[in-house]
This record gives sequence, C-alpha cells and structure tokens, in this order.
Amino acid sequence: MESTARDFNDNVDHALADPNLQDSLAKLKVGFSERRRQAAERLPEFEALRDRARDIKNHALANLDFYLEEFERKVLALGGHVHWAPTAADARRIIGELCQSMGARTVAKSKSMVAEEIALNEHLEAIGIAPIETDLGEYIIQLRHEPPSHIIAPAVHLTKDQVADTFLEHHAKLGFTKRLTERNDLVAEARYVLRQKFLDADVGLTGANFLVAETGSSMLITNEGNADLSNTLPRMHIVLASIEKVIPTLEDAAVLLRVLARSATGQESSAYTTLNTGPKRPEDLDGPEHYHVVILDNGRSAVLGTEMQDILRCIRCGACMNHCPVYGAIGGHAYGWVYPGPLGAVLTPQLIGVEEAGNLPNASTFCGRCESVCPVRIPLPKLMRHWREREFERHLTPVAVRQGLALWSFVARRPRLYRGLTGLANRVLALFGRAEGRYRAMPLAGGWTRFRDLPAPQAGGTFHAQWKKKRS
Amino acid sequence: MHPIFATAILATVSKSPSGPNPRPRRVGLFVTCLVDLFRPSVGFAAVKLLEDAGCTVEVPPLQVCCGQPAYNSGDRATTRAIAVQVIAAFEGYDAVVAPSGSCGGMLSHHYPGLFEDDPAMKARAESLAGRSYELMAFLVDVLGVETVAARYDGTVTYHDSCSGLRELGVKDQPRRLLGTVQGLAVREMKTPEVCCGFGGTFCVKYPEISNAMVGEKSADIAASGAGTLLAGDLGCLMNMAGKLQREGSPVRVRHVAEVLAGMGDLPAIGEPERGEPG
Repeated sequence: MESTARDFNDNVDHALADPNLQDSLAKLKVGFSERRRQAAERLPEFEALRDRARDIKNHALANLDFYLEEFERKVLALGGHVHWAPTAADARRIIGELCQSMGARTVAKSKSMVAEEIALNEHLEAIGIAPIETDLGEYIIQLRHEPPSHIIAPAVHLTKDQVADTFLEHHAKLGFTKRLTERNDLVAEARYVLRQKFLDADVGLTGANFLVAETGSSMLITNEGNADLSNTLPRMHIVLASIEKVIPTLEDAAVLLRVLARSATGQESSAYTTLNTGPKRPEDLDGPEHYHVVILDNGRSAVLGTEMQDILRCIRCGACMNHCPVYGAIGGHAYGWVYPGPLGAVLTPQLIGVEEAGNLPNASTFCGRCESVCPVRIPLPKLMRHWREREFERHLTPVAVRQGLALWSFVARRPRLYRGLTGLANRVLALFGRAEGRYRAMPLAGGWTRFRDLPAPQAGGTFHAQWKKKRS
Repeated sequence: MHPIFATAILATVSKSPSGPNPRPRRVGLFVTCLVDLFRPSVGFAAVKLLEDAGCTVEVPPLQVCCGQPAYNSGDRATTRAIAVQVIAAFEGYDAVVAPSGSCGGMLSHHYPGLFEDDPAMKARAESLAGRSYELMAFLVDVLGVETVAARYDGTVTYHDSCSGLRELGVKDQPRRLLGTVQGLAVREMKTPEVCCGFGGTFCVKYPEISNAMVGEKSADIAASGAGTLLAGDLGCLMNMAGKLQREGSPVRVRHVAEVLAGMGDLPAIGEPERGEPG
C-alpha cells in the first residue's frame, strides 16, 4: 500500500472536516470501548489472562526460530507447503506464482492486514487475476477503492448511507436497482452477490490470527464465516501470515482467543474459529487440494532483540485504536498506511521508515489508554517515546521543535536563570492579562490560542517568589 | 493500588500501631513549572493540605521542571540532566509531593529508567521514585486523610488526568475528599477518564487534533450540568479552561487542591483578579 503518512497533517485536516467520518467515529468511540469494558467485567480472570497472553507471546518471540521451523515441519508432514518471504515483494511474487500455477482468474480473499501491507490486490490485478474481498467491510471498501481505516472494522469510517449508495452504484448492473436503507438488507444483498464469487474462485487466500507450531495449524477467527468459504471451496488455500503470528500450542491459542475477542469487540468469542491443518485428506468430503503457507518477515526480525520488540506481541485486536482519543478524532486513514492508531504509531515507522512516518509516534498525548486495554500489555506510549528518541538522535525532529527545546533546556538546566525568567514572564503576563484574566491571542503561542484562550497568571509573582517572601 | 502506596501504608501501619498517625513528616513540595508560573495558589493549597495533615513542608529552591518536555520530545540527554538536578534538590526528604499526576508520575515512574547505564544515579533515582507522590494519593493513601475542613457551594465534575489515573491510580482519592467538602456535590461526566487533549507539547504541535479532543471534553463537561470543573493537573485544567472560555461556557475551572484547601473563592482559572491578592 502506498503511504501518505508523510502528509499526516494534511490527512488530519481532511479527516476533521469530513462530517461522515466524524459521525462514524462518534459511534465507534462509545460502542467498542463500552463493549470491551463489559466483557472484561464479566470475566473475573481477565487481568490474569492478559498476563498469561503477554507471557505466551514473549516466550514465542524469544524462541521464534524454533517455533517457526517446528510449524514448517508440521505443515510439510501434513502435505502442505511453507514459503518464506523476506520482503513484501517476495510474498507478492510467491502468491502470484501460486495463483498462476492454478490458472486462477479470481481469488477469494478473507480479510488480511498482511495482504494490505504487501499490496497484494494491486499485484494480482497487474498479473490479470481478480482479487475478491469477501469480508463485508473489505468488500465495501474494495468497491470504493479505499484502504481499510481500522484493522478489524475496515469500513468503520463509512456511514450506512454511504454503503447504501456504493451498493446501488455497483450492484445495479446485477439487477439490484433499489437503494436499501436497512442494515440487514444491505448485508443480505452483499451475501447474495458474494456467494457466486466464492463458488467461482480458483484460489482462496486468508490471513491467520495464529500459526500453531504444535499442530501446523493456522487459526482464523471471523464473525462472518467468509474465511471458511474462502478456504474450503477453492482448490487451493493460501495462508498469508507474518512471522510473529506463530505460537507454541493449541493450549496457548485458547488463552489468546479468550482475550482477543473480548478486547476487540467485547464478544466472549468470535462467531467462527477455524483451524486449517493441511490440505484435504483422502477421507475428507471437502477442503482444498493444495495448501500453502506464506510467512512474511518484511522487517519484523530486525525488531527482535531491540527496545521495540514488545510490539511483535500484538494480536491485532484493535483495542488500542478503539480507545485512542487521537484515533477517535481523526480515524484510521489519516495515519497514512496500513496500521492506524497506537499500533500503527509504533509499527509503521518500523516497516516503512521513520523518515516517512515520523509524525505518527509524535501525534499522541501519551494518555496511556491504549496500554491500559492492550490484551498483551504492550507499553505503547513507551515505544512511541523510543521512536521520538530515535528521531531526535537522527535530527528528524522538526527544526522549530528542536530550537524551542534547545532554548528551553538551556534555561531549565540553570535554576537561577530559570527563576529570573519565569518571574519576569509571570509579571508581564499577569499585568497585561489582568483585565480579562486570559489571552485570546499570543505571539508565538498560536498553536494554543487559535482554538483556546490562554489563562493569564495570577498576579503577585511566581510561587517561588511568593514562598521566599513568606517563609524567609 | 500502586505498590509504592501499599509499601508506604504498610510502613505506616507497622511503625504506628496506634492508628493512622502520618509518618513521612518532612515533605518536599515539587511545585511544578505551570503552578509556579501560572497559578501559585495551587502550590499554597497543597502546602495547606499537607500542613493540616501534620507535615512540615519545604520547597527546595533549586527545583525547576521535571523534564517532561524534553523526555516526551525524545531528548534523553537533557532529560537526564534535569533529572539529576531534581534528584539532588529532593534528597533527604521523607516524601516528595507534586500537585500533579503527570509530574509526580515522571518522578516516580520514569526517572529510574533514565539511568540504566549508571548504577549510582539509578539508585538515587529509585530512592526518589519510592518517595514521590501525587498530592491526592499522598494525602489519602499515605497520610490517611479522610476529611477536609472546607466549604464550596456548587456542583463540580471531576476530570481524571491521564498520568495520575493510569500511572498512579489516582481515581477515588480526590472524590473521597471532595465528598467531605461542605456544600459540594459531584456530578460525573460521561467519560471522565478520556484525555482532554493537552498532552504537553502535543497541544501546540498538533493543535487541530488537540482542539477536537478538548472540544469533545468540553461538551461532556457541559452535559454533566456541573458549574465547576476540577482536576489535579494544571496543564489539563488550562487546556480545558481555555476551551470552555473560548466557547463562552459559564463553567468555572479550578485545581482540586484549591477547593479542598478552602481556597475555592479565588478567581477561577482564566478569570480576572477581583482585587489585590491577599
């Protein structure tokens, strides 16, 4: 996917001025967080499960080479194939060749953020293969030629009316000429249109929530069942997953599932939890004849052993963005690449470069709500701060910020000078602000006063000056 | 409960079998740079509350800022230099108390990590961290303060500032004390735990996003029907007061310590002085 992370500030302006987006975000902010809170409250051991989930992922990451090879051994023994893709280009090429080997004309895809990361659809289209998104949200945004704005709710930025317009525009030629207004009717129409596409597809491509080393299974959870049609009906099933998805055992998967759905949507469990374990066996009634797992690195192994490693624990529940007030204000597209919200603020600079995505880890108040709901306890604000440190070290911090900081730091490291200057500032600001008690505009403080008044200081000197007078 | 508080309470209990007789008597006040510059009354309110609870309060003159502007901008070298200053200024106090969850959290949660490569400084940073508190948490959890002698006629709503809430577990303490203020009623807003959009330098680096966040907060404050907004961090308070006043809201904004210390009759944040200060 083409990044616009560099244009973050323009993206923000656009997002804040988009009334449909703001409508959608208003619903998202209340809905997801309230459902997660209730789900967590219903499960007394939820906090303990978060600790276990964190520990499981930490163990898997500390032994990643072992579990990946173990997973590969199991898949091969089952009659499947494993492909190692160091880069996005490798993954695109491997998948393209697999599809071509089947003479595929269409590929039924179930939602995969890794597929977005490697821009798979664009590649398939370029080699003459039509990718069909079968997740409802992904299907909607594919029709609209938009990227997802959320990792589990890709069309969450759209209102029902926008979806109705999109369906009318694209489905009219299939005979659906009535503009629908009810949610259920929209879903039913999409189901009808997609059903034939499942049956026609030559290849099914899915992501994976977990790769289970113990059994060689890929585990996938959905609420729509579209993944099950994608991986059962076509003759070839390709699983696309990144290296950090591997976990040791099914027992571990059970723990992670218990925190995943609750953190994501507030459900006890997603509607469908599917284990794909190799191709169709002789006694199976259905299933794919060919089973391939493409395992992508794309820069992740470089994170191992660094201060950023914790981000690889992420199980892609979306809770961090559901609870992020910045995401809640600007939505997912403003982040400019595949992964929005606090997750993206940490992961995107890693995957596409901090020169491109430097704004993302800076656009946070460090309110810590993301960390407080993360099911695997990723210290997201701390990791964002690490990015700011790297930017500062590499002189990528904006010049105005650097200069302001240098001046401030010069003064702050000299307490007596600081005391003198703050005393002066206090007197001047208090004097001129006395009549109104606040400033409506202030030179060099436009960032503040454009939207807010600036309270004037109380008269009578700084605290330190007054204290000295009173207590000496 | 944060382990630091638990330890402190255990220490209190074990040393004073006769009851909640406060132990850490000699307190160093970490004024915070915003209180120093904009609203000294918050500092004096903190001093009053601490003295009423039996503490001797001192204000080390060489304190400046806790270093968050540098820390959150990625400038570790400056942060360390400032932390060294603060650590030196507050050595020897039984407790270091800040009328701010954000600055208190900086001292108690972030300083030790700055000195991973310097065991001697790390030990001093950990000593400070173990003695550093946010004011409300210190009063209630450590000193065992249960009531205050103050009156404030009106309804208030309380915003939970992020660092105090999520780093230090400050949530019930201010509400418990506010519950003992004569004439005061608390009306909770819908989402008191959602960030107001201040975020230190964030609010001027990303003013549009910050404005969207504080706009939502001001709507929530208005919907609560309360006449006064309280919180424990001056940065957040100035941000919310500035937005409310720009919108022409009648809601008055104060630091919780001022109300608890009986200083609720001072002009609110952003309001003109009514005369010479006493």
